[in-house]
Amino acid sequence: MTVTGTEPVPLRPPGDSGGLRETFRNKYLLRLLVRRELRSRYKGSFLGLGWSYVRPAVQFLVYFYVVGVFLGTNRSLEDFPVYLFSGMVLVNLFTETLHSTTRSVTGNAPLVRKVFLPRELFPTASTLVSLVHFLPGVIIVMVASLAAGWRPSAAALGAGALGLAIVIVLGFGVGLIFAAVNVFFRDLEQVVDISMIVITWSVPMIYPWTAVSGKAPGWVLDLYLANPLVSAISLFQRACWYPGTDGTFVFPPHLYGRAGIALTASVLILIAGRLVFARLQKRFAQEL
Amino acid sequence: MTPSIVIDSVSKHFTLRHAHSFKEMSVRAFRRQRLSDRFTALDRVSVTLHQGETVALMGLNGSGKSTLLKLMSGVMQPDEGSVRVRGRIAGLIDVGAGLHPELTGRENVYLNGAILGMSRAEIQRKFDAIVDFSGVERFLDDQVKFYSSGMFMRLAFSIAAHTEPDVFLIDEVLAVGDPPFREKCLARIRELRGEGRTMVIVAHDIQMLVGLCDRGVTMRQGRVVYDGPTEEAGRLVREDRQARRAAAMGEIGG
Repeated sequence: MTVTGTEPVPLRPPGDSGGLRETFRNKYLLRLLVRRELRSRYKGSFLGLGWSYVRPAVQFLVYFYVVGVFLGTNRSLEDFPVYLFSGMVLVNLFTETLHSTTRSVTGNAPLVRKVFLPRELFPTASTLVSLVHFLPGVIIVMVASLAAGWRPSAAALGAGALGLAIVIVLGFGVGLIFAAVNVFFRDLEQVVDISMIVITWSVPMIYPWTAVSGKAPGWVLDLYLANPLVSAISLFQRACWYPGTDGTFVFPPHLYGRAGIALTASVLILIAGRLVFARLQKRFAQEL
Repeated sequence: MTPSIVIDSVSKHFTLRHAHSFKEMSVRAFRRQRLSDRFTALDRVSVTLHQGETVALMGLNGSGKSTLLKLMSGVMQPDEGSVRVRGRIAGLIDVGAGLHPELTGRENVYLNGAILGMSRAEIQRKFDAIVDFSGVERFLDDQVKFYSSGMFMRLAFSIAAHTEPDVFLIDEVLAVGDPPFREKCLARIRELRGEGRTMVIVAHDIQMLVGLCDRGVTMRQGRVVYDGPTEEAGRLVREDRQARRAAAMGEIGG
């Protein structure tokens, strides 16, 4: 208790000290929760955190052989493995954030029911765990890009940071909403899992965006490019893959303008997520 | 006397939702069954607890005492009326909730301590006392899932009992553990009580409550029916219990 002087502590409603601000103030508890989630995710397995390498590795090999070799994207797109992997780490960051935040409150039901904590702690910890899993992937992308002739530049790092920011803010914002709604409708978990397939294929990660522009009518392309994830992934490829190529690839038009809008939209979604979560969390204890 | 907890005409209704997925909902809607039922857990309850008081909350199962405790802790929000509390609140409410089976005893002391609102420095300072009190030092570096249920509860209780809140909420935790540990818990509660903390205790053991508390509040169907000396509050609960038993016997007999 921090009491300044002899001033008495005021009477106030219990449980109003929650919110995101309180969550980030409580860094120690957040760190312990992240560690707990990492520990319990790989409970009783020999590889432990190693599994976070195996999954993307298998995923990568499948896409590389099917799309790159069998379907021939390897020939049409320079350094296809780097292109594929740089998009993949970011898409995986997003899908994993969504998957784990959606379950974060329901998965901590005993705690939510019994002890008052800022409930935002749980989706926040899940998002941080996804970021921990994202790190090894980024390191591999960096090594691969360096091998392919990539050298750091301000433009590349800026593009990468912007792309990453969009994914984190959007994932956390949507995750807050989903975590809260999932308490009331458990169906959401299944919907989210199925949407992973759509997310993976609706961004230019396995194929270049030009595959859409050549085939679909204009309004479909506009819709496709309006997806904030498309901008984020293009930016990440601009950062990690593009500098190592001969520079003939053309990114979607107005990439930075669209990315700016995407980031703004993501921030608005995060603000909305915070409000929705704060409102719904009042009923968590009785619904779980 | 300074008020420590002020509960002002608080009502709490629960909606029992029978359907938790679209499938269940549509099936129920098709059969024209109710999607939910509403019942009142607390009905315009007003109580003021003062600093340093030890209050027993008594009543039969379903009388609303646990709900009232949850409102005090902030886990739930009242539908009507207001709950206000002074200072830091902590509860010995299902103390095992914060323990994680995959972590070791040592890690759980830190995690659960932080969950109950202690800072890192505070946990480090009290670590030895917590371990000593729980009596699990030999197994401190084993995963908690290998603990016996007694050890599990002892560790959980010790962590919670070493938080130093201004208001302490205690719900039915004294029912667990072997008699010697139970004695130890009671001694610890008396010690905390001696330090001038406000305590609210929910338990079914009326005799123990009478010995421990200065004041008793009896609840019946979501209402406060008595607030005064613990003996009298306990007597009312005994009456309720007999009435319920008689009713149950009557049902069986008739």
